[in-house]
Amino acid sequence: MVIQKKACAGTLESSDIYVEVSPLPQGSGIKLDLNSVVYAQFGKEIEKVIMETLAELGVEDAEVVASDRGAVDCTIKARVETAVCRGRGEE
Amino acid sequence: MRRSMLFLPGNSPNILLNADFLGSDSIILDLEDAVAPTEKDSARILVRNAIKSREYTREVIVRINPVDSPYWKEDLQAIVPVKPDMIMPTKVSCSGDVKIIAEHIEMLEKECQMEAGSISIIPLIETALGVENAYEIASADERVKAIFLGGEDLTADLRCKRTKEGQEIFYARSRMVMAARAAGVDVYDTPWTDVEDYDGLVKDASFAKSLGFSGKASISPRHIPFINEVFSPTEEEIQYAKDVFETIEKAKAEGKGVVSLRGKMIDAPIVARARQVLEAAEAMKGGR
Repeated sequence: MVIQKKACAGTLESSDIYVEVSPLPQGSGIKLDLNSVVYAQFGKEIEKVIMETLAELGVEDAEVVASDRGAVDCTIKARVETAVCRGRGEE
Repeated sequence: MRRSMLFLPGNSPNILLNADFLGSDSIILDLEDAVAPTEKDSARILVRNAIKSREYTREVIVRINPVDSPYWKEDLQAIVPVKPDMIMPTKVSCSGDVKIIAEHIEMLEKECQMEAGSISIIPLIETALGVENAYEIASADERVKAIFLGGEDLTADLRCKRTKEGQEIFYARSRMVMAARAAGVDVYDTPWTDVEDYDGLVKDASFAKSLGFSGKASISPRHIPFINEVFSPTEEEIQYAKDVFETIEKAKAEGKGVVSLRGKMIDAPIVARARQVLEAAEAMKGGR
């Protein structure tokens, strides 16, 4: 799946995560920039969930910026999926 | 056992996370009024993921958008595969509204190889036409297990003021109870919207119970303990129900045909009510 335009999902409220996706040229891969209130404890795990969700959705090239406020996995997956769907032009 | 149903906005992760711990018998994850049009897609995905991963112990109801909106099919497409207990269609005004939802759920159940009829429907009736058609709505499909009165939208449709006294919805309440009981389904009362007025809530819930409502919806977790108490049988009611059955057994053993308890003849309606009280008491012990 190709990201066509910049799109975002989620909020900066507690237990949520704000995710922004932008297009990158084919072959660029995923460029992920995560900041989290619990980065020291769960940063790697959150990155893994984001990368796995992108892979499941077939996204190979994208810039992803995420600001986490302590979201659980199902929320992270939901926000990434929503941002990707919006970024591919499906509102 | 469904005494209380708590509305929770579908696009709030923090609330969805804690939904199971707010004390209500059922949780209503809302994709309709509590979600802005620009966030319908994100709420749908979030609610889907929450149901799939949280393993809620409370009954899960998902309120979807009305059939005259562009959202309801996508709502069902996302939600049916994760098997909520019930779907709550909104602004249901006739049996056709129920049938179109039921057919769509059936189609999705087949696609997902789910057991047919595994998801029930609780139509939200909140228009004058819906109230007038309450019986046909309640008996429109086998999936309908309850109907629910929405007082706020109804009074807007009636072009009258919504008051705490509730005289303006008295007819609608009575008609809903009559329709539901005639169709053999449960019936739920509109939420009390003053979050701080607990005395008013108890009075309103008690009145709804006296009319025959099975329970009441709420928009505030703080209202739940009050609603649960009003719609639970009291110790006195439970004891009376037990005494009814003991008296019947004793009379049978003695070969008596007609029996009385505390000066009142025990007839079929008293037995039926006693059975309902004991079933409710038993369900409360089981938690769900």
